[in-house]
Amino acid sequence: MGEFRMPSLGADMETGTLVEWLVVPGQRVQRGDIVALVETQKGLFEVEVFEDGIMGEPLVQAGQTVPVGTVLAMIHAGTEAAAATEVRAAPPLTAPAAGSVAEEPAMAPVVVPPSTGLPERRACSPAARRLADELGVDLATVRGTGPGGAIQRRDIEEAATAQGIAGATVAPPTEPAPSAPGEPAAEETPAVGMRRAIAAAVSRSNREIPHYYLETEIDLSRPLQWLATENRQRSIRERVLPVVLLLKAVAKALRDVPELNGFWLDDRLRVSADIHIGFAVALRRGGLISPALHHVDKLGVNELMQVMADLIERTRAGRLRSSEATDATVSVTNLGDRGVKAVYGVIYPPQVALVGFGRITERPWAEAGMLGVRPCVTATLAADHRATDGHQGALFLEALNRHLQLPEEL
Amino acid sequence: MTEQELRAIIFAELRKVAPECDPATLAPDENIREALDIDSYSFLRVLVGLNEKTGVDIPESDYGKLSTLETMLAYLMARLP
Repeated sequence: MGEFRMPSLGADMETGTLVEWLVVPGQRVQRGDIVALVETQKGLFEVEVFEDGIMGEPLVQAGQTVPVGTVLAMIHAGTEAAAATEVRAAPPLTAPAAGSVAEEPAMAPVVVPPSTGLPERRACSPAARRLADELGVDLATVRGTGPGGAIQRRDIEEAATAQGIAGATVAPPTEPAPSAPGEPAAEETPAVGMRRAIAAAVSRSNREIPHYYLETEIDLSRPLQWLATENRQRSIRERVLPVVLLLKAVAKALRDVPELNGFWLDDRLRVSADIHIGFAVALRRGGLISPALHHVDKLGVNELMQVMADLIERTRAGRLRSSEATDATVSVTNLGDRGVKAVYGVIYPPQVALVGFGRITERPWAEAGMLGVRPCVTATLAADHRATDGHQGALFLEALNRHLQLPEEL
Repeated sequence: MTEQELRAIIFAELRKVAPECDPATLAPDENIREALDIDSYSFLRVLVGLNEKTGVDIPESDYGKLSTLETMLAYLMARLP
């Protein structure tokens, strides 16, 4: 038996609001399944389970705000037979009305009681919820026909049609809702909460981490020529952006200098075997999130472009998974789009390094006694001096350059 | 397709990546990416959308020819299938 707890979705998260359960008690879940939606100051997250089993009754109801670490539900180890029985017996997940939560004080430590205005929450797939948002369908008015009464996309479409909402069946499923997800707390806007979360993280970084900075200029003619040749043969949808080459080269250079990939915990460096790059994505409503691109060293360039596109879309739509919010082992920030030449980053604790890229521009380049004009980028490294010394940092930037000069092997 | 229709398509694609902006306020010779704060990833999305809606193929080497509203309209109008 395991406990499914409110995850920490960032260094400075203290509480989270359980917005919605996406599974019903008795349902079989597998490691990696998304079982709940949680809202924090950084937005809405799809929270995964980390073990196989059968979901128990929820100990925390939708709408409740609880501290990080609070048990949200038990996960029972179960045999196939038991699972089948339980699934049959599973009641539709209808959270009790807000008032009745108080009658069950033994359930969970509740920090903030749910506001009385909260609508009744029901099991609903993320795609269906998104569609409901897009079409303006109130979930409370929808009858679910999925397992355990869960609401599915077609239920939303039917409800929308019944309610005379136009475009019910033609709404593009991939288009993110432009507005910020979730409802802001009465006393503060999401932007204020996000700013405070960023403030806490960078303050801790500046207080605890003795940064050192290195920078180098990299000639990108070779990788950009290679990329232009590749992209010429592709339809516009399949083209790869230069930043993908930079990300892949960072991952390969980290394999050469693994001391920059990991965490500083309990006064020692813990190198991570996996390379998950936190990729800073600026949000249009202000602030930024650095979700993780997983196993970048193992992805091909095309795959990495797709994974990055998907991650940017979901970040901006407020649809990140909990693992992506938490498990980056190093960070990359690319401010090239904003025209800056170089960026000296603030490391995201407990990570030990941040790699920055500025704008790719043509610059004078002297080589072999000749002066030429080349497309160049300034790469910077901000690293934790407790974990590494400048020597290792220099080796990393050297390796980064070396990998970029061999684009066909990226 | 008239220039008005094409303009409407462009505005719709820009609103998808910059929902809080009003593309109608763009000056014809203003750099779209700078004016609306659109990064390279989002700009690629705009071009993909324009390619799908208009059928005009936009090679990577021509991206620079679509940086303002004026040049974007001219580029696409001249190549409409």
